[in-house]
Amino acid sequence: MQVVETDVAVIGAGGAGLRAAIAVAETAPDLDVAVVSKVLPMRSHTVAAEGGAAGVIRGEDSLDAHFDDTVSGGDWLCDQDAVELFVEDAPKQLTRLEHWGCPWSRTPEGGVNTRPFGGMKIERTWFAADKSGFHILHTLFQTSLKYPSIKRYDEFFSSELLVDDGRVAGVVAIEVRTGEIWCFKAKSVIVASGGAGRVYPFTTNGAIKTGDGMAMAYRAGVPLKDMEFVQYHPTGLPGTGILLTEGCRGEGGYLTNKHGYRYLQDYGLGPPEPSPRKKAMELGPRDRLSQAFWHEMQKGNTIDTPYGEAINLDLRHLGEDKINERLPFVRDLATSYMRADPVHVPVPVRPVVHYMMGGIHTDIDARTSIEGLFAAGECAAVSINGANRLGSNSLTELLVFGDRAGKHAAQFARDVAPADNAARIDAQAKDCERKIETIYAREERKESTADLRRTMADAMEEGCGIYRDEGRIRATCETLADLRHRLPGTALKDKSKVFNTDLLSILELENMLEVAESLAHSAYARSESRGSHQRLDHTARDDDTFLKHSMAHYRGDQAPEIGYLDVVITKSPPGERLYGGAADAKAQKVEAAE
Amino acid sequence: MTVQNRQIEVLRYDPERNDAPYFDTFTVPCKEEWVVLDALTYIKDELDPSLTFRWSCHMAVCGSCGMQVDNKPTLSCKAFVRDYGEKIRVEPLANFPIERDLVICQDDFMEKLERGRPWIIPEQKREVDDGPYVQTPVQLDDIKAHTMCINCLLCYAACPVYALERDFMGPAALTLMYRYNADSRDGGWDERREVFAGHGGVWECSFVGACSDVCPKHVEPATAIQKGKMDSAVDYFTRFLMPGGGK
Repeated sequence: MQVVETDVAVIGAGGAGLRAAIAVAETAPDLDVAVVSKVLPMRSHTVAAEGGAAGVIRGEDSLDAHFDDTVSGGDWLCDQDAVELFVEDAPKQLTRLEHWGCPWSRTPEGGVNTRPFGGMKIERTWFAADKSGFHILHTLFQTSLKYPSIKRYDEFFSSELLVDDGRVAGVVAIEVRTGEIWCFKAKSVIVASGGAGRVYPFTTNGAIKTGDGMAMAYRAGVPLKDMEFVQYHPTGLPGTGILLTEGCRGEGGYLTNKHGYRYLQDYGLGPPEPSPRKKAMELGPRDRLSQAFWHEMQKGNTIDTPYGEAINLDLRHLGEDKINERLPFVRDLATSYMRADPVHVPVPVRPVVHYMMGGIHTDIDARTSIEGLFAAGECAAVSINGANRLGSNSLTELLVFGDRAGKHAAQFARDVAPADNAARIDAQAKDCERKIETIYAREERKESTADLRRTMADAMEEGCGIYRDEGRIRATCETLADLRHRLPGTALKDKSKVFNTDLLSILELENMLEVAESLAHSAYARSESRGSHQRLDHTARDDDTFLKHSMAHYRGDQAPEIGYLDVVITKSPPGERLYGGAADAKAQKVEAAE
Repeated sequence: MTVQNRQIEVLRYDPERNDAPYFDTFTVPCKEEWVVLDALTYIKDELDPSLTFRWSCHMAVCGSCGMQVDNKPTLSCKAFVRDYGEKIRVEPLANFPIERDLVICQDDFMEKLERGRPWIIPEQKREVDDGPYVQTPVQLDDIKAHTMCINCLLCYAACPVYALERDFMGPAALTLMYRYNADSRDGGWDERREVFAGHGGVWECSFVGACSDVCPKHVEPATAIQKGKMDSAVDYFTRFLMPGGGK
């Protein structure tokens, strides 16, 4: 076993992990940072984000407006102290990124341009055409190269956190190229390993998004928070699940059903207008739009395609020049993968699993309940996203909370007294090595990893999809318990030490099953409807019982225990979520009363 | 959805077990809309879990899945099986050492990328309170295409110079250097000069243009390198031939 001693270990080299590493390097250049990532940094899934990153920059905008949009968009399940600091830091973080070279799209005068996004009252989404995540990731990666204290361990699969007496001591990882086990001993550890969209069968998420960091923290004793809140993005390509950015609608795209009708006007989002109107119609929040699709499907208004039901995303009226300038990637993706050039024809789309609002429970400084362990990005739940994330808040979240995680992890590494636990930590690392050896040693392959994975994913869609009910969630919980029981029946057909992805797929499946179980049980326990969690058997929001975060606690082979934590409310008491004309009417009424 | 059986011929190599690479052929029932990557994941899930390749996004932006498909450097997630024959040959990207099967060793590229100092080196340090730089759309257009590189390495597999001369920085690394040199916010030319224009730099390029031909993102590395040669010539002229070094 190789041993590396470092001050701060970062698990994951996407937006949050790189931003955290840079924060450590900038604030504490004397500390060593080890960035441990299962893929090269530029392969991290931040790369696939398209639309942009929210931050108040226009004169007519305000931090309060960004706060209000975020909190109501999250159906009041956001922690408002976290949202306050988030909106305040957002423009600063985006400006830092500009200084580091991010090629943000520009106004004619050379300022940073912004575009409208769903659920946002004013154009506050900074964008780099429709490859914003790609540019953010590459800018962070390239900038990270200038700090000598950052040492990268690319293609190292982290398998377990080392924790002793409530305090983190490092992480164990497999060097994929050699199969060798490495023990990273660190004073503080930041988990920034992304989401877990791959627990579902139809997702925008890349193959790497298997919830590894969530599962590691969960096994180590940190609760997973609000896992039942899963975002379906309204516009994915049928079949592949490839994302077409919300920027399509920000630029003025329409959603129409098989009759060519802009159906969102029937779901409290109208009236329809020819050009995009903020917080209305196609610029409603993602949960409402995906739910409207489900209803259209029940009514028989969706389009039957070889890859399932769909509706149309119509961009034709934007014209070729605008599509080429603002949405070139969308044009390329739709034309290549769907054979539908949006300049000439509407593109069939359908809701697709996109983002986990839930994740590792942290406070506003990215701290977890384990001393020295921090988390940021999609794997974490601070929570600024509540029951439904607004598009373009997540890229900013990577920066704001990645930075905070880095700073606080550096501070912790500086302040912490050395622990006298070397023997116990070495024994833990040895256990991790033994676990891998055990998998290699299994002779009989009773179960196929791919079959178990498919069964899990189908069960998740069936029981924890856009609309849920008690019976179907319970069935999913039972399937997941059965799959966890069957997992040790898998074995390696590939016994090589070199780049063994057969082994990694078993470890990833274990992680996914644990994350899926936390999700399904949290969904089962929440007998109300809020944001992205819609129960057909409990259709109303129930603030008396459930204005609370779900906290899933790991219990080994048993199902998780679900507890609750109060939501932090600072200035916005829970209200009604209104969009489109209904929001205007309410505002007029309030004005008249005043 | 039509399904057609295709023969997928894949290069295999495990340094622990094989002295030399060999080919395996799999019969794969390919759906009409599949890409080559879908055929490979089918093989891994259904036929042989030991087949080894990198992939993630399946939408041509993460840059993981570059391979030789029928001997041409290609992103396998954007190579539609319908555009190939009944038999498709898949090999690791050319010009790189093989780690295993379709997985290449990328260390040389990663080292070169870093050597190019690909980050903004500002002439004057700017604080957050100063706000963003002014950069006009015209200034952005100067570099825009060259910022699109996903580091998929197809251009290295296609480059006849890199095939022979390992010191050559190569298309992607040089393009990234050019992208920063040409950015209106950057003042780092002097720091990058030696790597950019010295041994292994832009002047090694013989302007065959194979890099731009295979680039899936239209980054135009060949153009960036030619523009870089111009800049380097002007730099040389101003430093050594102009009175007072052009100052």
